Amino acid sequence: MAQLEVNGTSYEIAAVDAPLLFVLRNDLKLNGPKFGCGLGQCGACTVLVDGEPVRSCITATSAVIGQKITTLEGLGTLQAPHKLQQAMIDEQAMQCGYCINGMIMRAKALLDRTPHPTEAEVRAGLDGNLCRCGAHNRIVRAVLRAAREA
Amino acid sequence: MTIYATRRDVLRTTGSLAIALSFAGPAALFEACAAAEGPGLPGDLKSNPRLSGWLSVGSDGTVTLRVGKVELGQGILTAMQQICADELDVDMARIVLVSGDTALVPDEGGTTGSFSMANGGTAVRTAAAEARQILLGLAGEKLGADVAGLAVDDGTVRAPDGRQTTYWDVVTGHDFEVDATGRAPLKPLDKRRYIGKSVPRIDIPDKVTGTQIFIQDLRPDGMLHGRVLRQPAYGATLAALDAGDVGKRPGIVKIVRDGSFIGIIAEREEQAIDAIEALRQAARWTLPSDGPSSQTIYDWLVAQKSQDKIIKDSSNPAAAAAAATVEAVYKRPYQMHASIGPSTALATLGDDGTMIVQTHSQTVFETAAAIADMLGLDKAKVRCQHVQGSGCYGHNGADDAAADAALLARAAPGKPVRIQWSRNDEHQWEPYGSAMLIKTRAALDAKGDIVDWQLELWSTSHGTRPGSAAGNLLPAGVLEKPFALPVPVDGGPPNYAAGRNAIALYDFPGQRVTVHFIPTFAARASATRGLGAYANVFAIESFIDELARRAGADPVEYRLRTLKDPRARDVLNKVAESFGWSTWQKAPDRGRGIGFARYKNLAAYTAIALEVEVDRQSGKIKVLRAVAANDSGDMVNPDGVANQIEGGIVQSLSWSLKEAVRFDPTGVKSDDWSAYPILTFSEVPPVDVHLINRPGTPFLGTGEAAQGPTAAALANAVFDATGVRFRELPLTPARVKAGLLS
Repeated sequence: MAQLEVNGTSYEIAAVDAPLLFVLRNDLKLNGPKFGCGLGQCGACTVLVDGEPVRSCITATSAVIGQKITTLEGLGTLQAPHKLQQAMIDEQAMQCGYCINGMIMRAKALLDRTPHPTEAEVRAGLDGNLCRCGAHNRIVRAVLRAAREA
Repeated sequence: MTIYATRRDVLRTTGSLAIALSFAGPAALFEACAAAEGPGLPGDLKSNPRLSGWLSVGSDGTVTLRVGKVELGQGILTAMQQICADELDVDMARIVLVSGDTALVPDEGGTTGSFSMANGGTAVRTAAAEARQILLGLAGEKLGADVAGLAVDDGTVRAPDGRQTTYWDVVTGHDFEVDATGRAPLKPLDKRRYIGKSVPRIDIPDKVTGTQIFIQDLRPDGMLHGRVLRQPAYGATLAALDAGDVGKRPGIVKIVRDGSFIGIIAEREEQAIDAIEALRQAARWTLPSDGPSSQTIYDWLVAQKSQDKIIKDSSNPAAAAAAATVEAVYKRPYQMHASIGPSTALATLGDDGTMIVQTHSQTVFETAAAIADMLGLDKAKVRCQHVQGSGCYGHNGADDAAADAALLARAAPGKPVRIQWSRNDEHQWEPYGSAMLIKTRAALDAKGDIVDWQLELWSTSHGTRPGSAAGNLLPAGVLEKPFALPVPVDGGPPNYAAGRNAIALYDFPGQRVTVHFIPTFAARASATRGLGAYANVFAIESFIDELARRAGADPVEYRLRTLKDPRARDVLNKVAESFGWSTWQKAPDRGRGIGFARYKNLAAYTAIALEVEVDRQSGKIKVLRAVAANDSGDMVNPDGVANQIEGGIVQSLSWSLKEAVRFDPTGVKSDDWSAYPILTFSEVPPVDVHLINRPGTPFLGTGEAAQGPTAAALANAVFDATGVRFRELPLTPARVKAGLLS
């Protein structure tokens, strides 16, 4: 048993050897982080660990005990979305939306470090996150919009 | 009619009761609908004419719209709501949408072929308009007023004298137990409130906040986690498996083995994965000794015994006296759907012997029947419920995962079993877009104009969806009593499959098109966005570009010489104007290219222009910008159309620049994102889409329209930049570098 801090709440976790993604999705029933590859290649599972973007599918839960984990749910809600979530809605920045968790979490880390990035910086920042629907330009516009509206 | 009495009562109830009752026989119900088929009804109303199948209006002020089409990320459910709200004269917010549940919705067939707006949207529009007339009739009776004088605003009906009532007051629950006539007036264009507006998608807020919406987010009580051990290669059979202590490990509920089908059911997901990896190590397989590979695929294609069909034959006898004859050969490898989320499904075998499957299949009705066939169950005993998954772009692993889940759930009655494919499973086992080889030949006059045109293509199947039989479900083929793989049939006119868009839309004096359909497989293949149209349009639009260059003509002007269809001309002119074609200045290593098609020669018109820069040292192509013009007819949601075109361009660029499945008899080598890379953010060009909306004309659909024109525009732009013609996809740096050196 270990205490895992997720979105400001502490949870008792038994399966500390399991990948963080499975603990978040299956034990804490969080929908934000997605299983995309289990190989750290696509970014759909991205969460923040002490503010840094981490691929939760290849991160052991035991490795992040004592650190602050933030998931998509920790940013905002339907009623009060985070500026990045609102910007994704405003730009209609997806088709299927399966990758969008990773895009938002990665962009959150980017904007925390670089509040006013150039378009090229946004593209470079998101290069490790895959989208198959071709919503890339809309996602980039949404991140730039969120930065403007900060 | 008694069937409908039952159905009506079912639909008026809510929740679990409705679900339990409606098991009785959805298949029989819809067969009854089909029997009542009315002539001349538009779209999917033809096969599902009963209005109550589509719509109910509740006394609580809600409108329930039931559609067989499903959301794949294309925005279809938002568009359906827009249409329904406009034709019924209600606010969109009142509409509760039920989609893709085989027990509850009209059987509209699959959500495929860019048909959803043309067939589903048109049906919803007509059904809602007709429902409105019925409700107006009831309101007129109540108010003692002539229907013609009534006005409606969000379900509130007003007589000219100011008296009013509402749909919710007059509805009895029996009102839509009639077949559509198709005669209700449609909403005048100037009165539209939703159709033609870029209404925000209804699913996006949930998706950006982690609200439960995806199939992956379902976690019913007592859910178990399943994994399946796939074979290492096509045609491999299990020789031996010593499971050792795997079955006794903590959390392992069951090892399911049936022939070469091996599955694990576990309490926790990581336990299922560890167990399946242990079984992978333990399994011994017999591999096929020989077979085609991605290296030999084009030789293999032309060497196979094929079914040959001439689908267009208007050869020009004058071609014999042509001044010149030109030939070319174009190639497209196997390419993936490559969904970001690997396929998932849940299945539960109920106490009453019914199997309920949650799936992201595009073909819930047919897949339910196929699973019933596989399990030896009555068709009515399998119910599929569509839940959104990752974008699919065609027939991916969704249906196979649904079959996997059903096989595991059968072994754990009463328990929901969730199957999750791995990344390797999806990359190696999804059915790909078929490799194709296309030969073109043109006879030219002295000016270089085309007097005769010939195209011959070689392709394996583009359509191995489950249909209603088990044979195409991946696990069904490896069971102890295997279901034989059906011999595929090529799709015929007017949509075609391998031959989709193989007939050029141009008005050549002569044209002959031959399809060589190969009914066997080198790799597993099925419907992938655009089917044969991607490669056929690549070939046609590359070849016409070659002929334009040969004639010393501008590629846009050369196309317009032989293209009479005014809407085709409009998109070509529009894209040229938007791109700045006439004022564009050539720079070293930079080029521009154009591509055009009318999807299936009967749906959306799309022209794409690209500007590229080629690095001669590395062979790397940078696409600098993409400009598109699209005419999808009456556009219900213009931003939705633009999103599809943008996405289609980016996906086609990814295919055309990077993607080819590598395989040999020992297995598929393109087994993850490092072995099969796709386009990334830094490689995606800006995309500028120009829409030509034509309100009041038929809905044409959009989803697959950009795939072919983009590929051709790319090769044409690279030729313009380098003077070298590339006829084999993808245009990888290695291929381009080699081409520039030769």
